[in-house]
Amino acid sequence: MSSETQKILSTDGIPLEESLKQAEKKNKIKAFLLVTPLLLFLIITYIIPIADMFSRSIDDKMVTNMLPKTYKAMEQWDGKELPPEEVFEAFYLDYKILVENKTAGRLQTQLNYEKNGFKSVLKKLARKQKKFEEGNYKEQIMKVHKRWRNVDYWRAIKRRAPAYTYSKYLKGVDMYSNEEGKIVQVSEDRRIHRILWSRTLEVAFFVTLFCFLMAYPIAHLLATLPMKYSNLLMICVLLPFWTSLLVRTASWMILLQQQGLVNDFFVWIGLVGDDNRPEMMYNKTGTYVAMTQILLPFMVLPLYSVMKTISPSLMRAGKSLGATPGVAFFKIYFPLTIPGIGAGCLLVFILAIGYYITPALVGGASGTLISNQIAYHMKSTLDWSFASAMGLMLLTGVLVIYWIYNKLVGVDNIKLG
Amino acid sequence: MSKKEDFVKFDKVDKSYDGKVLVVKDLNLDIEEGEFVTMLGPSGSGKTTCLMMLAGFETPTNGEIYLDKNPISNIPPHKRGIGMVFQNYALFPHMTVFENLAFPLRVRKISKDDIDKKVEKALSMVSLSGFGNRMPGQLSGGQQQRVAVARALVFDPSVVLMDEPLGALDKNLRESMQYEIKHIHESIGVTVVYVTHDQGEALTMSNRIAVFNDGKVQQLSSPDKLYEEPVNSFVAEFIGENNTFAGEISDISNGSCKVKLDKGEIIANPISVKSVGEKTTVSIRPERALINPKDKMDNNQKGKIEEVIYHGDHTRVRLNLLGNSEFILKVPNSSQNLDIKLGNEINIGWNSHDARALDPK
Repeated sequence: MSSETQKILSTDGIPLEESLKQAEKKNKIKAFLLVTPLLLFLIITYIIPIADMFSRSIDDKMVTNMLPKTYKAMEQWDGKELPPEEVFEAFYLDYKILVENKTAGRLQTQLNYEKNGFKSVLKKLARKQKKFEEGNYKEQIMKVHKRWRNVDYWRAIKRRAPAYTYSKYLKGVDMYSNEEGKIVQVSEDRRIHRILWSRTLEVAFFVTLFCFLMAYPIAHLLATLPMKYSNLLMICVLLPFWTSLLVRTASWMILLQQQGLVNDFFVWIGLVGDDNRPEMMYNKTGTYVAMTQILLPFMVLPLYSVMKTISPSLMRAGKSLGATPGVAFFKIYFPLTIPGIGAGCLLVFILAIGYYITPALVGGASGTLISNQIAYHMKSTLDWSFASAMGLMLLTGVLVIYWIYNKLVGVDNIKLG
Repeated sequence: MSKKEDFVKFDKVDKSYDGKVLVVKDLNLDIEEGEFVTMLGPSGSGKTTCLMMLAGFETPTNGEIYLDKNPISNIPPHKRGIGMVFQNYALFPHMTVFENLAFPLRVRKISKDDIDKKVEKALSMVSLSGFGNRMPGQLSGGQQQRVAVARALVFDPSVVLMDEPLGALDKNLRESMQYEIKHIHESIGVTVVYVTHDQGEALTMSNRIAVFNDGKVQQLSSPDKLYEEPVNSFVAEFIGENNTFAGEISDISNGSCKVKLDKGEIIANPISVKSVGEKTTVSIRPERALINPKDKMDNNQKGKIEEVIYHGDHTRVRLNLLGNSEFILKVPNSSQNLDIKLGNEINIGWNSHDARALDPK
């Protein structure tokens, strides 16, 4: 047996294993070079932005950097009573620099997030501090506005001391850490994000369901019709892909508005009265209708690619063995299409959960989704760190759904084409 | 209990898909109970269409099909109780072998114990006991085919249809499966209608063969009769090897005729010719013509050897005989020393009874 364990040599005396490695090394390098552009592209357009979003969402260095002396002085302060003179002095010096550099506005905004009414207090201080005399800054500052005597305002400043914060994530689920540092819910009338999250899930779920119900027969037709008809039908399915998303959404607006074609038709056949036209747009109905139409191809194509591989003789075999057409369908055809259903549902659900343009245009107030809220914070309030936090929460949500889905269906069972 | 002679009956069946061309023309076919009948023919000859009409996946354009005297054109496939083996097996890929076999029993609401028993019996019949838990994808082609056969038989159908079931197998496996299917048929006595384009398969397995061409049954008879006594030149040509001479009848009397060829004249057996002057094709099987015959034969010709091909058990000799340079002889490999060498002139003889004067091509 010992002779078998001996190393096998290639003809030029190098151990076979090594010479194989050398021979394959070249191929590996070639293969790697071929995928490098894509790898770089992915890193630049995917990994880096996500990392940047994450750091933005937890970054709270802005206030820290604007008030360096203050925070140093505050290290000794326990936050129970008004801070000592050193803190007031340090704050005066920090703030003076900000006012001189005309960057005090940002601090005012940030501290106002923390404590309502802070902005006006700071603005007044900016005006008055020019006449300050040296020494005893505590007295002078407290004289400018009586709120400086309120320890809550100083606590608010102290809360912004850490360079990192998770407060944006709390805000994303309508929670915040209060003055005592406890995590509590915001008052009931301000809980908008949770409504948006649940509405987003609901819309994504129903759009997926509607897409499935509509796509299954279409995909079946596509897979079974003779070539010349199935090609035509395929073009009809793909036509939406060739039309701009905005055009498609706009045409739904024309169809669905109160004086639109669908309503005209309903009135004409006498389903509704002319004075009682239902609102089908600027609410959830509009979002459902338009999103289902737009996402339909993403359900049809995976279903079609799976159905195409199912031999028609299987259904025939089922029937010849005595199964009624219905039984043959549910016992034979349907189970074989599950990989396609899995892929289609996953695609549509994930696309729907992050959908933006369509809900923005036809959704109205009750039909907007979480992505519209993210866009609002990106463009209107310019609270990018909050937008980043919500974007990451959405991404995490999608990953969690993918994980659950994997447990239920099995990703191996998914067939995208 | 006597066997029913017309257990399956095609009565004047026509079939057209496009309303322009008849794929099956005026088909009349009676199949006896327990018989193994093969529909043999080139592709496009209508044989598979006939099978599909019998299974219920196609409806006859005209005429009626009877199963045990009952017309079945209006009965849907799942109520006909006909087992079918498909060309590509058509096993359900998401079910185990056991579930595949249990499927026809479950839809018939048979009790669980009976299902277990019947499936086990069917699996042992095709010598696949113990394979019940495998998925079809884990089986070889031959095993899949045997599962398909077992599935078509497990619910005791009165008729089993097989649509080129061995087409996808390699040659050796195909041959052993032919015997296996034949033995299963003999042991359980089910009526089998088998479709193939492989004449060897048809000859080995069948009780009777229906040769299809151009939507019509050209001849329906037992394998030996089909080979020895083809009724027209298509059948003679399609089944086995065949030497032909085209010519014209110059004399016909007492069950034999003289056929004038371009070069020379031969005596033949008039099958589908009746009068002097008719065109004809004379067909002679290669093994019926002998070299230097000892017995006296009424046809004796000289031919020149143009090609000799050694086949082990026999030698194929190609001759130029009476202007036909494609005349084939099969010489058995025996100790007999015949002077078979390229370029030699040899004497060939055959009986006029074996030279069948058929319709012209």
